[in-house]
Amino acid sequence: MSLWPRSARVAALFGLTEAGDGNREPLARIVTGGLVLLTLAVMLGSLATGPIAVPVLDLLPHVPGHVLAAGDGAPDGVSLRDWIVVMDIRLPRLVLGALVGAALAVSGAVMQGLFRNPLADPGIVGVSAGAGLGAALFIVLGNAALAPVMALLGIYAVPLAAFAGGLVTTLLLYRIGTRGGITSVATLLLAGIALGALTGAMTGLLVYVADDQQLRDLQFWGLGSLAGSNWEKVLSAAPIILAMLVSVPFLARGLNALTLGEAAAAHLGVRVQRLKNLSILLVAAATGASVAVSGGIGFVGIVVPHLLRLTIGPDHRYLLPASGLLGASLLIAADTLARTIVAPAEMPIGIITAFAGAPFFLWILLRKRGLTGL
Amino acid sequence: MSRLFSNRLLGIAAAIALTGTALFLPEKPLLAGDDAPVDARRIVAVGGSVTEVVFALGEQHRLIARDTTSTFPSEANTLPDVGYIRALSPEGVLSVDPDLILMLEGSGPPEAVEVLEKSGIAIARVPEAYTGEGIVAKVRTVGEALGVSGRAEPLARKLEADLAAAREDAGDRSAGIRVLFILSTRGGRILASGTGTAADGILKLAGATNAVSDFTGYKQLSDEAILSAAPDVVLMMDRTGDHGASADELFSHPALGKTPAGKHKRLVTMGGQYLLGFGPRTAEAVRDLAARLAETRG
Repeated sequence: MSLWPRSARVAALFGLTEAGDGNREPLARIVTGGLVLLTLAVMLGSLATGPIAVPVLDLLPHVPGHVLAAGDGAPDGVSLRDWIVVMDIRLPRLVLGALVGAALAVSGAVMQGLFRNPLADPGIVGVSAGAGLGAALFIVLGNAALAPVMALLGIYAVPLAAFAGGLVTTLLLYRIGTRGGITSVATLLLAGIALGALTGAMTGLLVYVADDQQLRDLQFWGLGSLAGSNWEKVLSAAPIILAMLVSVPFLARGLNALTLGEAAAAHLGVRVQRLKNLSILLVAAATGASVAVSGGIGFVGIVVPHLLRLTIGPDHRYLLPASGLLGASLLIAADTLARTIVAPAEMPIGIITAFAGAPFFLWILLRKRGLTGL
Repeated sequence: MSRLFSNRLLGIAAAIALTGTALFLPEKPLLAGDDAPVDARRIVAVGGSVTEVVFALGEQHRLIARDTTSTFPSEANTLPDVGYIRALSPEGVLSVDPDLILMLEGSGPPEAVEVLEKSGIAIARVPEAYTGEGIVAKVRTVGEALGVSGRAEPLARKLEADLAAAREDAGDRSAGIRVLFILSTRGGRILASGTGTAADGILKLAGATNAVSDFTGYKQLSDEAILSAAPDVVLMMDRTGDHGASADELFSHPALGKTPAGKHKRLVTMGGQYLLGFGPRTAEAVRDLAARLAETRG
């Protein structure tokens, strides 16, 4: 039994049949366009904000030429300090924040569509914890038991391990939560909690054998942070996340059809099994890559799609790109706060997203009580 | 093993060479200007013991910022805080516009240190070792980086002598006392120090015996491990200042209560940075600790 609000199911049906929701579709276009502008504005604002005042607008024109020439040091007429603040601190953080924010929000939107359950989110159902376990395995054992793999994969070892961890958890979750094509919300959430506890325990086991340096690295998974961002990390996560962001719009129609149930979707010509496989693969990949570079940043994946569904409706053709844009904007804004609020020190971003996200999540629960079947 | 050995030889040789040079060239830079500007006027100190050494050398007027662990002497608290020693914000450090960063070994994260290096700011790395020699090496390294080796050397020698004397005093009085250092008791779980930690180091200096020596670092002890460790005294960092109450609470732990320490409610608490900092105050901390351990013998 699907648990969407009825109006949402009807709207999705209309989105699917091209007739469009008379009221929502123009709004969805305007909102999505507005989000593009918002994202650009937040990016520029974040780049210009920090404990050090940097003439960002003067510096930006130098960036493309400098990157193409793979130059070292600052361009002529630019102070080395300003250049490093923008190129080595703020810009990699900005790019990574945008990628991770978009990946988490879109993953949340896809999972909610796939499970036909507004509470599904990689963080809540334990997929992030599974990805964290994969990453932790390599952090702790990368120099010992897993050294050959580490040497082979280099900087991609940790993101790939996180991907594998996320994938295994998602598949298990799907197998447990779905029977005969019907996903049971209660089973899904409880299975997610159990899997989260199990992977948490296994990570705890690794914590026990870790040395001090590894413990410091592991602790970072708990709260989540973009603090250690550099171009190496951007390069390790960007291919996986971009691949997901580019291919996910192709799932929109299928996810819309799935709102009606698997059988109905199949009758409408959707290859349901392929849709499910692809969705799971993409979500696991993007969540894994995000967790690998930024730790466990919570609530973006559940709050962003929700907020948008309330505004522009449940049509995945708009919901997915809009989620990506809003997720990126929110995470960049949160990170800007994290690195300026206690300057010259820094606050873990997970604290900020949880402070903003958790009350919002509770508010959604209260609003939808009775509709979610919980 | 042989590499470790040759590193150590090299270190000793370097230390001797530097000391020799320092004696002949007081107040002169030991390193060429491109490594560490000895005339640095804007210095960030990272690591509580590093900050203490800067103050002990009378060079605190050159400090412009410090890390969260630098809380002694209290004047240090008036400086801007650039974050926890292992979670430095690179832009935060750059924003105070330093020309030298004194960085205790283990400062990080590595990505932040990388960016700071790239920015061309001089970074002096101060070695950390939980021994008397480690303290002396810290003083020499800091003195050198600040261009005041002439003042650092007498301080280093004084600390060396103080420590030797404190160890000698301590040796008999606290010898054979089994001490369990507990880092935290959160949720009833006893996180205790094995070997290779600052706590283990200070116990060695004080001539006492670490009650757990079968693992390195800090680990959670099971009830059975606590019983078989059979500590005579429990040592903890002082957080509340209310010793009596914390001892009662601590020894209400079922396993801990059955150890010799628990039966006689023997708890010693000392300031964390004072006890574990391995800085200029360590000789004093060794005497204090030894005296308080000896007291527990009654």
